[in-house]
Amino acid sequence: MFAYIVRRVLYAIPILLGVNLLTFLLFFVVNTPEDMARMQLGAKRVTPEAIEKWKAERGYDRPLLWNAQAEGAGRATQTVFFQKSVRLFALDFGASEDKRDIAAEIGERMWPSLALAVPVFLVGLAVCVSFALLMAFFRATYLDLWGVVLCVAMMSVSTLFYIIGGQYLLSKLWHLVPISGYQGATDALRFLFLPVFIGVVAGIGASSRWYRTLFLEEMGRDYVRTARAKGLAERAVLFGHVLQNALIPILTGVVAVIPLLFMGSLLSESFFGIPGLGSYTIDAIQAQDFAVVRAMVFIGSVFYILGLILTDISYTLVDPRIRLQ
Amino acid sequence: MPVLLATDVLVWLLVAAAAAYGLHCRRHEHLAAPWARVFRSPAAIASTVVLAFYFGAGLLDSLHFRPQLPQKPDAGQKVYSVEVLSVLDWTLAHLRGRTEKTYSAPLAIRSFAREQVELPGGKIAREFPRLQFGGAHLAKEGHWASDVGWRVFKGLGFAAAILLAAAIGMRILRVRWPEVPWNAAVWALGGLLVLLVPALVLSGGYHVLGTDKVGNDVFYQALKSIRTSLVIGTVTTLVLLPLGIALGIMAGYFRGWVDDVIQYLYTTLNSIPGVLLIAASVLMMQVVIDRHPEWFATAAHRADAKLLVLCAILGLTSWTGLARLLRGETLKLSELEYIQAAHALGVRGSRVISRHILPNVAHIVIIAMVMDFSGLVLAEAVLSYVGVGVDPSTSSFGTMINSARMEMSREPVVWWALATAFGFMFVLVLAANLLADAVRDGFDPRVRMAGTPKAVAA
Repeated sequence: MFAYIVRRVLYAIPILLGVNLLTFLLFFVVNTPEDMARMQLGAKRVTPEAIEKWKAERGYDRPLLWNAQAEGAGRATQTVFFQKSVRLFALDFGASEDKRDIAAEIGERMWPSLALAVPVFLVGLAVCVSFALLMAFFRATYLDLWGVVLCVAMMSVSTLFYIIGGQYLLSKLWHLVPISGYQGATDALRFLFLPVFIGVVAGIGASSRWYRTLFLEEMGRDYVRTARAKGLAERAVLFGHVLQNALIPILTGVVAVIPLLFMGSLLSESFFGIPGLGSYTIDAIQAQDFAVVRAMVFIGSVFYILGLILTDISYTLVDPRIRLQ
Repeated sequence: MPVLLATDVLVWLLVAAAAAYGLHCRRHEHLAAPWARVFRSPAAIASTVVLAFYFGAGLLDSLHFRPQLPQKPDAGQKVYSVEVLSVLDWTLAHLRGRTEKTYSAPLAIRSFAREQVELPGGKIAREFPRLQFGGAHLAKEGHWASDVGWRVFKGLGFAAAILLAAAIGMRILRVRWPEVPWNAAVWALGGLLVLLVPALVLSGGYHVLGTDKVGNDVFYQALKSIRTSLVIGTVTTLVLLPLGIALGIMAGYFRGWVDDVIQYLYTTLNSIPGVLLIAASVLMMQVVIDRHPEWFATAAHRADAKLLVLCAILGLTSWTGLARLLRGETLKLSELEYIQAAHALGVRGSRVISRHILPNVAHIVIIAMVMDFSGLVLAEAVLSYVGVGVDPSTSSFGTMINSARMEMSREPVVWWALATAFGFMFVLVLAANLLADAVRDGFDPRVRMAGTPKAVAA
């Protein structure tokens, strides 16, 4: 097990290098540093000197991938790629275009993101599992049929509609909660209610339907027939046997998502004005701040790989038949 | 002068390919059987009717031309406008040309905003002025109710006539295909016609769904947006399918280092957050496009290139799911006896893939293609909201929502543009989802496919 985890972590290094190379290609080769300088400086102030100064300030004045003028190892290290991308491995994110330290910013913005993402995740999971269980319990009745219809309908509604509709109904019409914004401490509850509620509602359709399929699949198994043959009540079968076994694929599926909660949710954060990592990323995209986008892409892929490893470990924990080698 | 936009060509190629596939299926019993199963479901039939309306509008909007400008008789050469129009624009010319000054409510005859108006006596007052086009044919404002009522009545009459003809037609079809639930088709068609025909009749004199901030007719914009959604939902698969099929089957069939490389590729792509990857690529391509105005003859060509690039990027970033599914299936298949037998008989690898593996994973490809469609349509709206979607001049549901999202904070609320965009999108996605479910059940109820494309999940 330990050896497996070590191997997986080592395997992550080429993947992260690949991610870095890809973002690097997207940002620097399609768009040269000169273009970026022009974009950031604005059309008016562009002079050759200003561009050179901008590049030197940010360390973009080196060659991109290979420095032929440097000596020895410097040929690979004295390049924009090494300085900008490989440093991310040491969690050295550098500064954003407005000269703020990205690492500090991330540390600060992580909390609002988590305050939104964790409740959405937990409440959403509870609601979807309960709803799916309800449909599975009343399978092949009108309740089940209409439940599935509701799920498909809810899946077909754009997330944007949930957000805009929720803001309009709860905040503007009924004045229950503020429309957007964020404050720390106890006030956070008031601001977070609406985004959490909408996050949960937007996820119900797809997840409940998926969990229902898993429950029904589990109900077709032999041990369920045996339990019924023993004379167990339907309720005991469902909660005592099926629920436990069906939770395995649900939980292992969900484990992959947990690390990504740190990344925040792009849409709801920017809609509700929550100063988390998601809105940070969106703002960076819109301001074309490549340093920030690069850092967020890197962190995102680290968490994704972490999620994959956690999924594998969770399989061995819940199912002793699976051994990692 | 006809204009061939790149996406038009691809859309029509796809239509041709679909037609060819249909003919091919008809000749082969085993290919036709799953489709026959699909169309035994009432939901599938009903959603096919709805999708047919959307595809009809989208295809009409995919035939572009440049109208000839009026000219003096002695000028030898014909002069064409730089504006590119489609057949749909031409049919709905009465909607396209009539722009008001600003917002107006659905079916309104007066503007939504007050304006300085000069009264006959020379005095100046602030009031809601009459619209330039909406209800301009009415002599008196009091005639509004009776005129609207009469138009709705006329529309419903037309709808009933068409529906009657269609119902009789389906009676005849029932003789040929008795197992298809034609009633569902009639119901779906009835619902569509009852909404659509009166709307079209009303649109002759009013803005049925109001106008937006710059006075454009919302109904017309929604109809124009259909094409963008369809292009994104279909052309993307042109990029996605070859990549997903080729890499997935290669990884599963050849194993070894090929498998390692391909797995590395898709883990790397997957580990970049979807929206970020798409956003970064789109931004880069937009900069490239904006820097080379000389590549494009007209603004429509440029907007079209951006749409095409968006499709390509969506395809490049979302083939991984299909590839993983196909890899697993190929791994399973290549252990089976008949593939082993083919190997033992000395059949070459390429032939084993094309004769034995490809036909046996085709159902997964079809299911994935239909299931991706709705996810892509929803993704477009989100991407356009983030600002990395289609060109702002291209009408799409995303740009409609994006430009209308501040309107909910106005007093009174300007709800019609948002409601229209969401309504049109909901019907399209719902129909696509229902059809996708039926297709999945018809082809292989055991295939498990959870989740939506990455872009929406964010």
